[in-house]
Amino acid sequence: MNPGEAENCREDMEIDGNGPEMPAQRHVDIMPDGFNANYLKAYYGKVFPHSDIFKWMCYGHDGKHPGCDPTYLSRREFSFTLDNDIYLRFQSYTSAYELESSIKEKCPFKIDIGPVYSVNPAKRHAYAQTGDNVFTPVERELIFDIDITDYDDVRFCCSGADICLDCWPLMTVAIKVIDTALRDDFGFIHILWAYSGRRGVHCWVCDAKARRLSNEQRASIADYFRVYKGNENSNKKVSLVGPVLHPFLARSYTDVLRDFFEGKMLLSQNILSTEEKYEKILDMIPDESVAAELRGKWQEMRKAYGSKDDINVVRWEQLKSLLCSAKLKHIQGLRRCIEEIIFSFTYPRLDMEVSKHMNHLLKAPFCVHPKTGRVCVPIDPNNCEEFDPTAVPTLSQLLQELNMSGSRADMDDELDRTSLGRAVRYFRSSFLQPLLRSCKEEIESAYNSRLQQSKNNLSW
Amino acid sequence: MQSLGTRRVYHQNDAVSTLPLYRSAPPLEVRLEDFEAFAVDRLRVLKAISDGLSRGKKPEEMEKLVEELWKTHMKQPKLSEAGNKDVISHFVLRLVYCRTEDLRKWFLSMETMLFRYRFKLQSPEAQRALMADLDLPYKAVNTAEFESVKDKVSQVARSIVQPPPTEDAKFYKVPFEEVPELVASRRVYIHQGNAYVAMNQVVSLVVTQFRSFLSKALILTNRKWTSSIKEQEKDRLTPIVEELSTSYLGPDYSQPRESAEISLKDIDHLAKSSFPLCMRHLYEKLKEDHHLKHGGRMQLGLFLKGVGLNLDDALAFWRAEFSQKVGAERFDKEYAYNIRHNYGREGKRTDYTPFSCQKVISSTPGVGDHHGCPFRHFSEENLRAALGRMGVGNRGMDDIIDKVRNRHYQVACTLTFEAVHGSTCDAGINHPNQYFIDSQKVLQSKLLEYMSIKDAEETIILLANISNCEPAHHVKQKNF
Repeated sequence: MNPGEAENCREDMEIDGNGPEMPAQRHVDIMPDGFNANYLKAYYGKVFPHSDIFKWMCYGHDGKHPGCDPTYLSRREFSFTLDNDIYLRFQSYTSAYELESSIKEKCPFKIDIGPVYSVNPAKRHAYAQTGDNVFTPVERELIFDIDITDYDDVRFCCSGADICLDCWPLMTVAIKVIDTALRDDFGFIHILWAYSGRRGVHCWVCDAKARRLSNEQRASIADYFRVYKGNENSNKKVSLVGPVLHPFLARSYTDVLRDFFEGKMLLSQNILSTEEKYEKILDMIPDESVAAELRGKWQEMRKAYGSKDDINVVRWEQLKSLLCSAKLKHIQGLRRCIEEIIFSFTYPRLDMEVSKHMNHLLKAPFCVHPKTGRVCVPIDPNNCEEFDPTAVPTLSQLLQELNMSGSRADMDDELDRTSLGRAVRYFRSSFLQPLLRSCKEEIESAYNSRLQQSKNNLSW
Repeated sequence: MQSLGTRRVYHQNDAVSTLPLYRSAPPLEVRLEDFEAFAVDRLRVLKAISDGLSRGKKPEEMEKLVEELWKTHMKQPKLSEAGNKDVISHFVLRLVYCRTEDLRKWFLSMETMLFRYRFKLQSPEAQRALMADLDLPYKAVNTAEFESVKDKVSQVARSIVQPPPTEDAKFYKVPFEEVPELVASRRVYIHQGNAYVAMNQVVSLVVTQFRSFLSKALILTNRKWTSSIKEQEKDRLTPIVEELSTSYLGPDYSQPRESAEISLKDIDHLAKSSFPLCMRHLYEKLKEDHHLKHGGRMQLGLFLKGVGLNLDDALAFWRAEFSQKVGAERFDKEYAYNIRHNYGREGKRTDYTPFSCQKVISSTPGVGDHHGCPFRHFSEENLRAALGRMGVGNRGMDDIIDKVRNRHYQVACTLTFEAVHGSTCDAGINHPNQYFIDSQKVLQSKLLEYMSIKDAEETIILLANISNCEPAHHVKQKNF
């Protein structure tokens, strides 16, 4: 962020998962699988990858190179939610040891990661005395938060915080669309996707360039991804104008969304099976006479449907062939209609505010979700179809695995004996190691160019 | 202004182009009365730009508006004088608007907007000269590279309904961070971190540079102002400067109304009688769902603060609703912070100001959101229904919808006010809290007629009762 930018940096925060939730889900608390402070203590003691998180958060500044900034980690905000609902913001640490012992001692139910500030956030009040507003975020990963509750109007299998294997693929689609664009369009490399532990996914873009984006630049990326504009107060959910789609949208559509909608979602969500459901789609057709024609056909069909073909597929094909037929070419707005329907149902729905501001907190990977007991494991975007949220290791499962195999001293070995081993190995080899290599190079080159500059200055 | 004292202020080195970059303050003698008069003229331009934006004017309309405004307010008989007026007024307003975060933010966006449209009005040669002046380090894409992206670039052009680029079209390849507005609206092709910017889009590049330069300059000016100018000029410039900023921005409703605090039990009445539609909708949704998403909590919460709901009552109010949905415990844990934050009791401890119409209109409500301006964000059908519930009749309705179609959202809101209250609102609606206050004034005068009493000091709170046809004595009782 440009430190001079006169933006209104609200020290605003929202806690992950404050969307509308059904009180009904509270009963999950007493799941047999159990989540409790004692289990958590053991998890932080034996399984949680402290040193990997530490190395990640240092971004190479824990090295011996003279270009390293030893204050870097200490300016990062960590925030803990404790057992008794105590919320500790602005925690900061100067070493791996400090971080690890604090986590082990406090045993937080949730660890959130905030931005890197201009000064150590724990000492912000001391700096505030000087009057000049120096306490401000200077670096922050570009983050995305996608929550399946935001898809409630297009999934009929679950609602609220529930997920199942019928609706989870919506998240898979979101990962594919966003990940490809982050890499191909924006040129980012160091991207971490993680399961949020219950009902969504988080994305961390960690390239140096991404971490230094201003709020305005973050907002521009979030808006680049925004297609879904309406809510229940306005009819139109997705509005695509212009004779062709932007290359990003066109690619997302042909590579991911269309096949997913036609090949999977149409059937798994039975999108055209009942009148209530198909009326939603007919609503999206801007021409009333076309909608009426389809409605007529479909009502007729319901009375005597004997075909072995799936009714959703049959109706979808009818809709497509009618909308594409030559006689309707002249009607305004119909051209984009099929795309608009597919985008409405499948295109990723980001929580925009999370991405737009540097000071939003986001839950750290490898935390355990207190409601589900599931670990926030990384998701490999290249194999995201294979990710099964219902098979993610739970706290009690991990501890059982540890107990089963007896105790040995070696930490890594301990991890390998649990089903979390694979997740941690993936985190290291596919995310952390390449990231740290880049960081090292960057620190070196920045140092060298500074050196060069000061040499030049001296020669004057 | 009695003093005709002249003062060395600025020097002139930008006179070559008709659009200065305001890099440095020129050493010019300025008469004190010009100092103020020029600034007021420029403010008129900036204020009208701000109004244009909040009416949702399209870029082409804005371009025309800016051209006209400039002619009307900034023209001088001689070209060199016009140039001086431009530079002087800009630097005076820099002084006026450097002093708080909010002032800087407003000035920065309006000046940037002004610069944008004036840049577009320049000849291609002048534009190129300005780009050279700004020292932009970008080269045009060479032919070989252009061939490799030509298809995609044409696709983008078609997607925004522009003619595809010609063979000799110039494109600049720049890091996407440099053109956030083009990225946000998907008006450029982006590949591997670079945006391909067409010649007719370079205004975005130039504007980004201009904006970032001015932003830094404002911070520096502020430092200078607080450290020396304010004291040195306390008898001469300081009063003018302080007067200029307050006289024009209008009240921000950050302090609750002097007349009264409102109490919890009145909110329901007030919502029906005196809330503008945007707040009424949020209020009704809150009552219905016992929940509002973040944007809605901000918009309604700050409005209620401006109306006069104190922190304790605000907490009680939100808790009463949210606890029905998420439980009181979770409310205290997760939501109370935000409410205290709005009242400046947490975090940065800034007392946040209620949203103006402009801010409400420019918000972008998403799924599950209910904030924003209903006149802009509702479908026509939903808007009609909502207006009907407010008691707007058929005749008024069509006028309102007509304004909405022409994107005059504030005018539509003003008409709604008039239809609901049966009285005129000449100033127009610019702020939801203004709507509330004006509404209370109207209802108060009606109440006075109704009760035939002169001394209405203590009655204002319960004005809403009129609309509920409660007997007058009831109103009195509550007051004592």
